[in-house]
Amino acid sequence: MKIIQLSSETDFEGWRQVAKLLWYHHISPQNVMWRGPSTAQGLFDQAEDIRWRGKITSRASLTVPRQFIALAKRAICHQDENRFDKLYQLFWRLQKSPRLLENASDRDVSWLLACDKAIRRDVHKMHAFVRFRKVGEDQAGREQFAAWFEPTHYIVGLATPFFRRRFPNMDWVIVTPYQTAIWNGEDLTFGPGGQKSDIPKNDAIEDQWRTYFSSIFNPARLKVKAMTSEMPKKYWHNLPEADLIPSLIATAQDRELKMQTDAVTTPHPLAAHLKAKQKAVS
Amino acid sequence: MLTVIEKLSILADAAKYDASCASSGTAKRHSVGKSGLGSTEGMGICHAYTPDGRCISLLKVLLTNFCIFDCRYCINRSSSNVKRARFTPAELVKLTLDFYKRNYIEGLFLSSGIIQSPDYTMEQLVEVARSLRQDHGFRGYIHLKTIAEADPALIQKAGLYADRLSVNIELPTEKGLKAYAPEKTGQTIRKAMGDVKQGIVAQKEARRGRLLKKAAVPKFVPGGQSTQMIVGADQANDIDIITTSTKLYKGYQLRRVYYSAYSPIPDASSDLPPIRPPLLREHRLYQADWMFRFYGFSPMEIGASTSKGMLDLDIDPKLSWALKHREWFPVDVNKADQTQLLRVPGLGPLSVKRILSARRVTTLRLQDIGKMTLSLKKILPFIETLDWSPGGLTDMENLRARFTPAPQQMSLFA
Repeated sequence: MKIIQLSSETDFEGWRQVAKLLWYHHISPQNVMWRGPSTAQGLFDQAEDIRWRGKITSRASLTVPRQFIALAKRAICHQDENRFDKLYQLFWRLQKSPRLLENASDRDVSWLLACDKAIRRDVHKMHAFVRFRKVGEDQAGREQFAAWFEPTHYIVGLATPFFRRRFPNMDWVIVTPYQTAIWNGEDLTFGPGGQKSDIPKNDAIEDQWRTYFSSIFNPARLKVKAMTSEMPKKYWHNLPEADLIPSLIATAQDRELKMQTDAVTTPHPLAAHLKAKQKAVS
Repeated sequence: MLTVIEKLSILADAAKYDASCASSGTAKRHSVGKSGLGSTEGMGICHAYTPDGRCISLLKVLLTNFCIFDCRYCINRSSSNVKRARFTPAELVKLTLDFYKRNYIEGLFLSSGIIQSPDYTMEQLVEVARSLRQDHGFRGYIHLKTIAEADPALIQKAGLYADRLSVNIELPTEKGLKAYAPEKTGQTIRKAMGDVKQGIVAQKEARRGRLLKKAAVPKFVPGGQSTQMIVGADQANDIDIITTSTKLYKGYQLRRVYYSAYSPIPDASSDLPPIRPPLLREHRLYQADWMFRFYGFSPMEIGASTSKGMLDLDIDPKLSWALKHREWFPVDVNKADQTQLLRVPGLGPLSVKRILSARRVTTLRLQDIGKMTLSLKKILPFIETLDWSPGGLTDMENLRARFTPAPQQMSLFA
């Protein structure tokens, strides 16, 4: 059994190089165990020294569909502890059946597609639910923002270039438990993770945002499940508007009833005035 | 003098009856290497959800809720006693930028009550969009309301700044408009839609006619135009609504028609029903809308499976059609073409794509289909696979009962 230790949770290049070597040496998926930095270690496990690779002698062609590379680059960000092994299993099988990916009903392929979907969703939710707080401005007046976010998978590297395209002219950091992304106007760099207390506790604009959130809600259309399926509760504790939700739900029925039962008021006199004016014109 | 927060609470409350909040499908933009801020990448983003299950993608507000019109269904009608407020363009610009920088929103959806004149109102809306784009280099999404009867020149100007323009038809029939929106006519609304369409067509022609491929043609509403119909405020039935939608999609190249269940409003007019919003009916209309836009059904076919002009509330319109056209089924998933597969209840465009791809390398069994669709139970009577044939199930008399919700027990205390 070979045990391969990768240098980071999303070390795609490392995985790819070792996968190629393993294949050249005819080492099948059953005879390899892959580990990321956080994978639990067995008592007697000793990671393989990657120098065993030696020289590659075989010149057999080694290709995978381009689509596989794109899918694997995302799937490697999944929190599934066995993702490296499963990807090697797919890599191995693709050498014999290059059209494997077309069959969505295959067990390994459907795992890959499910991972891809989960990663895309997680990235999308990060784009949606990051909430910046203003830290200040530098001497030139350039604004600085910070946010704390807890993604489900290892997606900081995948998700943060989006913020660079959107906000290149402000400085920002996004702190997550396992990694921090830092944009200084020139480079997007990644450092170790941090804590919620690393960013400011509030922001002057949040009251306006909370007012907007309450006002745009229509109590006559209460549909709590539709909300939670798209904005699951696990995100709520980092959203400045989410603590308003329980009271909006609790008062919705009464507010709806009131709209239906309130006595009809006398029409505002403006309406009659405008009508008369319009008649005079036409 | 009202504070910004007080104005926001009045003018967001007044804007929530507009269903649209889309921020997708516009031109792609980013701010790298440029001054300013903002990006659009094709896919819309919902930054929050309120407990009504609707998404917040845009800052959706009115410039003002003062209005010289008296449309019965509208919270802002001149005869209503609601509190009134008005933003200045500068306040709206700041609010949009402040929200955007904190990643609360994708952009702005700005509408307004009619004040002074349609032209004056439209000018104010255009000024907000102009300032965002030109003074602040804002590249986020902007949706502006087209004010009916505004000068076409103003609409052309709006289209250069906005990603989307919309004017709401609100009621599907002329009769409804006459009764409930005395100052509006279908004709003026359609005229405004026509002005936008003209801009879109002119831009397409300019692109086609340019001498150099690189020559830039100014973009005109790259996110297209949309409209909204209120469902359940007047007597119009589902066929009326679908017929009007079809005409609008065809005649004005609309990107979307939104359906908005009539919802009780504060200080409602006495001639409107104090009802619960017909949310299920609204949902069925959206499903029907998808059927003719993405599934290859004609509006006639959808109409034929309604009863008394109304869609079945218990089951979705595609299933309803299938139950009335059993001769189409079962469909062999290993042989049928895309058109046939799209008509199978429970198969959407994505599952159909996956089926067509998978069967090039394998012959599909029921278990395989189970991995590619969410509702195997639903499609069983309508398909054949290598190891499954529905036999008499397809033509079973009470097949509909398998799909309808169980009858509810009457409450003893009602």
